[in-house]
Amino acid sequence: MKRIITKEEYCMGCGLCEVYCTVQHSKSKDIIKAYNRENPRPTSRVKLEVHKPVSFAIQCRHCEDAPCVTACLSGAMQKDEETGLVTHDADKCIGCWTCIMVCPYGAIKRDASGKVVSKCDLCSELEVPACVANCPNGALVYKEVKH
Amino acid sequence: MSKYVIVGASAAGIGAVEAIREVDPIGTITVISEEPCPQYSRPMISDLVSGKANFDKMMCREDKFWEKNDVQTLTGRTAVRLNLADKYVALDKGDHVDFEKLLIATGGKPFVPKIEGAEKEGVFTFTTLSDAERIVAKIEAAKSVVVIGGGLIGVSVTEALVKRGLKVTMVELKDTILSLILDPTASEMVENVIRKAGVTIATGQTVQRIVGKPEADNVVGGAVLTGGEQVPCDLVIIAIGVIPRMELVSGTDVKTNRGIIVDKFMRTNVSDVYASGDVAEAYDFVLGENRLLPLWPLAQQEGKVAGSNMAGKKADYPGGTAMSALKYFGIPIISIGIANPKDDSAYEILVKHDPERNLYKKIVLKDNVIVGITLVNDIEQAGVMFHLIKNGANVKKFKQELLSEDFCLATVPRSLRRKVYPGEYK
Repeated sequence: MKRIITKEEYCMGCGLCEVYCTVQHSKSKDIIKAYNRENPRPTSRVKLEVHKPVSFAIQCRHCEDAPCVTACLSGAMQKDEETGLVTHDADKCIGCWTCIMVCPYGAIKRDASGKVVSKCDLCSELEVPACVANCPNGALVYKEVKH
Repeated sequence: MSKYVIVGASAAGIGAVEAIREVDPIGTITVISEEPCPQYSRPMISDLVSGKANFDKMMCREDKFWEKNDVQTLTGRTAVRLNLADKYVALDKGDHVDFEKLLIATGGKPFVPKIEGAEKEGVFTFTTLSDAERIVAKIEAAKSVVVIGGGLIGVSVTEALVKRGLKVTMVELKDTILSLILDPTASEMVENVIRKAGVTIATGQTVQRIVGKPEADNVVGGAVLTGGEQVPCDLVIIAIGVIPRMELVSGTDVKTNRGIIVDKFMRTNVSDVYASGDVAEAYDFVLGENRLLPLWPLAQQEGKVAGSNMAGKKADYPGGTAMSALKYFGIPIISIGIANPKDDSAYEILVKHDPERNLYKKIVLKDNVIVGITLVNDIEQAGVMFHLIKNGANVKKFKQELLSEDFCLATVPRSLRRKVYPGEYK
């Protein structure tokens, strides 16, 4: 499957990945409306990690043997055997935070409502995920990765 | 004759079926379960009581999970005896199932202390769906409840009852609630929010006697605490904890301690017999020993390891540790490993407490290796730390930064990141 690879050495820490992730997961898909009018503002599923001078963006790695799937209490977190995606069903999620506890990357967040979690869905409806498409310095690359 | 027989249809049983089917798509699987229903998530029974979930939502796998995995289910049936020499499980109606490989995933049963009056109508335990359904049936007519036990189960049922508008008194034998997983500071933070929700917490006490109603002595009317106080109530819920259900192996060659003893392949000492979940003593990578850890995620993982090995694909159980994520009363908390050491002097302890923002962070280290954490409210980087614990990583170079609100994967030096985290972000 295609995955997002982080090129730490190219990351400038600008945070546009978070901005475009937020927009992509907003109702309006419009940057101004998403930021100024949607309340609560949608949660970015990619996280810009900064520990100067290091910075890189990280999002769900869609692990082969995903700890969040094994740990999930409600069955909301599933591994799609066909696509390889780790999918999250917000309707089944009970916000128990067990997945947050076991994600090695810290890539799962509590969403804006504080009632369920939220994580990268690889923008399944797009050719290239929004964070990758809008990274100005090629620090995020979307490509086929063998396991 | 069934190639694989699994006794128990909860977390470990489900995990085992999934793992077996990954390796062996055709071998016959029989699952025996006392419960009369399909699979569901036991931790969600509190959501059934609160009204947040119905049974459909509680199903933790797809509809027809057993059918789709070609599993013969014997639900509402009890495995009464094992014959390990002739390799069969005897069932309650005099019939039996032969096996090639057996998994004992019988889980835990609620610990019920001897309390005078415990036979009265309105006294419940809180472990299974049917416990929750019985409580739900009584809720409409009830006004107040005494919950015995201030651990995870006690707190979860208390929250559910509060959501249903009941007056709850939580009784805990220890001086603080959640004492197995939280230190007194974190515990007090939780107690504060629970009290704010209108719950009375009585610590350092237990229920000595359950008394009847004046008009009907066989119906719960109150609970007398060891301190002498009598708390009027309509229901009493015993939520102290679970103990392994080992009836099936008692008197057999299967070795037990407090639970069934297993190796890292989840094998018992008897060949072709495996055990997983709350009934087994599995490896704790923080303590470096096997012990009872009755936790859903671990049970599921242990079941997977057992299933894989039963089907002939070698798998090691990497171990688990005490690990709890709490969502109750709107205060997110994660506690992992030795979060509340008995003897602080044996460890290095880093603490940051910001009472105004209700933030608390505690890191317990031994020789520069994290062995325990407690995070209150700021929980999102818990997994990064959990992974450091699991890998026994030396954190000397960045240990002060563990307390920072900006702690994240980028805080971990690159060399360690490359070693410990499966390089997918490279």
